[in-house]
Amino acid sequence: MLSRNSARAAQRLARAASRQQPHLQNASRSFATVQSDMFKPTKYGSKYTVTLIPGDGIGAEVAESVKTIFKADLVPVNWEQVDASGVDSGVPGSTEEMFRESVASLKRNKLGLKGILHTPISRSGHQSFNVAMRQELDIYASICLIKNIPGYETRHKNVDLCIIRENTEGEYSGLEHQSVPGVVESLKIITRAKSERIAKFAFSFALANNRKKVTCIHKANIMKLADGLFRNTFHATAADYPTLKTDDMIVDNASMQCVSRPQQFDVMVMPNLYGGILSNIGAALVGGPGLVPGCNMGRDVAVFEPGCRHVGLDIKGKDQANPTALLLSGTMLLRHLGLDDHANRISQAVYSVIADGKARTRDMGGNSTTHEFTRAILDKMETL
Amino acid sequence: MLSLRAVAAPMRRQCLATAPRAVATLSFQNQRYYSAASSKVAKFNGVKDASGNFPVSIIEGDGIGPEISQAVKDIFKAAGTPISWEPVDVTPTLVNGKTSIPADTIESIQRNKVALKGPLATPVGKGHVSLNLTLRRTFNLFANLRPCRSVAGYKTPYDNVDTVLIRENTEGEYSGIEHVVVDGVVQSIKLITREASERVLRFAFQQAEEIGRKKVRVVHKATIMKMSDGLFLKVARDVAKDYPNIEFDAELLDNTCLKMVTDPVPYNDKVLVMPNLYGDILSDMCAGLIGGLGLTPSGNIGDECSIFEAVHGSAPDIAGKGLANPTALLLSSMMMLRHMGLNDYANRIEKAAFDTLAEGKALTGDLGGKAKTHEFAAAIISKL
Repeated sequence: MLSRNSARAAQRLARAASRQQPHLQNASRSFATVQSDMFKPTKYGSKYTVTLIPGDGIGAEVAESVKTIFKADLVPVNWEQVDASGVDSGVPGSTEEMFRESVASLKRNKLGLKGILHTPISRSGHQSFNVAMRQELDIYASICLIKNIPGYETRHKNVDLCIIRENTEGEYSGLEHQSVPGVVESLKIITRAKSERIAKFAFSFALANNRKKVTCIHKANIMKLADGLFRNTFHATAADYPTLKTDDMIVDNASMQCVSRPQQFDVMVMPNLYGGILSNIGAALVGGPGLVPGCNMGRDVAVFEPGCRHVGLDIKGKDQANPTALLLSGTMLLRHLGLDDHANRISQAVYSVIADGKARTRDMGGNSTTHEFTRAILDKMETL
Repeated sequence: MLSLRAVAAPMRRQCLATAPRAVATLSFQNQRYYSAASSKVAKFNGVKDASGNFPVSIIEGDGIGPEISQAVKDIFKAAGTPISWEPVDVTPTLVNGKTSIPADTIESIQRNKVALKGPLATPVGKGHVSLNLTLRRTFNLFANLRPCRSVAGYKTPYDNVDTVLIRENTEGEYSGIEHVVVDGVVQSIKLITREASERVLRFAFQQAEEIGRKKVRVVHKATIMKMSDGLFLKVARDVAKDYPNIEFDAELLDNTCLKMVTDPVPYNDKVLVMPNLYGDILSDMCAGLIGGLGLTPSGNIGDECSIFEAVHGSAPDIAGKGLANPTALLLSSMMMLRHMGLNDYANRIEKAAFDTLAEGKALTGDLGGKAKTHEFAAAIISKL
């Protein structure tokens, strides 16, 4: 679990700690350096190599759609497809092996597009591969973009918010034990280093994307130490970003506000579990998990995946899935590579097909299949 | 009857007290702490006073508390409800560094077994545990019952909401066990025990039977927290066997958030039960669906005593102006009446209240009307 990255981070942390004792007095001290993060994707010839992990459930179908559309637009990307799966294949060790391979591939290519891997509930089942991957690659910041798609009416109008979620610690630490039979403890870990890292990321993201306000979501009134540390670190970091408006809100109030007046939010930053809850609430505001793109950013690796992480095992293989989330995640990947022309053309085609309202998948109230929807996007791209 | 109760109560207490020992020594598989499935969790054991009324402790609360309490008292009086109010004070004091409430208050609530509580302003400052938490701990209020029903006359993006949510109230993420491991690293412990889980789950099933719902659904995140939420889920499966008439299923937290915000109507035939944090967030979210905390009642159920309360804030800015909306406290008092077996009175007052709200002639400012608190109460009284 302790990858080289986190070992290095720990050393850096220790060094920084020994150098500057009175932590909170020095506002400019820093554990995390978001701005100087290096990004070197693998590029052979004039093409980028990108790991593609379709995932379980609807993954294969929507990944097919993305591949078709990218190919039609002659996007200079070579896919390195790894069919990792969280569903037990029956062959002992094979699921783990494929998972290791997908992680190795991501480490090589530094860039990936990923569906969601299934996680079994049973105690004997493996731990979540999605979480393991984020921890292993240290892709600490999850971004989930929640925005009304023009032409598609939902209960709420003018929603435009962005959920930034700490991805590597908190409630998903995976540390649990049984003290005596019938008494279980599960540890939530919050560290200053990671809280600062995610806060800086959120502020930098807000600046880079021309957003005005960052809201910290927490439960510091009850978890005074853990969420208190998260919140205090957020406010300490905020001092370095005087142009941004900052505030904080308790998570239960935030979810209430989200369903009654979501327009008040801009960028929201929060620990792991709250991110899971709010990204689902948010996705429901704008039309479901099939429409919400997202990505996971780390220092070295960036993995793009649907922002609201649903496997969709129930509609697997029925040709009903909505590929919009993965497609838009794909266009985020293209923008990340600087291929804005391709990104704009594809996302414009997706948006105008949805706005036309003729080809819509089941989740959006239409009855087009995944293939028909993809076809409609391809046709639209020809006219653009 | 009276003597029978007197015997029954200590027996139940004994059962609970011996339970942890039983866990340590016996095999814990399918251990039952409640002797029989028929023994009711949290039964109301109050007795009438000399004048034939049930005495009820009332904590009027801060800010708008006294006004809305007065409205409730007036309506109760007009309806001829057999209740006598016993005002108590909960101004906290620090005893040995612990937040405590006055001894006569504790004595009053323990004697009456039931209390109604207005909003309290938690004093800001170090060392104070919130009063709600103190009350919960003092009286061991293990379940929080939060029904949310759309109010005709108040339009939100969601119609026909009628959810019932039960939240475990004593442990989980809010166990309050936290510590700083080294500077900048905090551990917060989520505690799940078989005993507390079973208690709240039994209450959920009994509540479902009582209000005539056929389905109980557990909300969990056992994919990630395999042991802690796994235990909650396992206990739920065991308890469900004792209630063959009630359909039981489980749902992942993410899915619940997503589906409820997309369309809450399918949840109208279910009782949802979940650990502390999820319940906290989702119950407030449900309140958001119908228009906020001003319209939602809440009951804190304990083995011996139960406290019914308005969960909204004390709104010091409009205190004393007669602008406050007493609906939340009134609906909470309806829950209280039903808990005490006074269903007829509850139904009558509730109908009058909902009719008044639907009519929309005498609404308070927060609902877009111009009526004063006492005018709203008078409108309800005229409908009785």
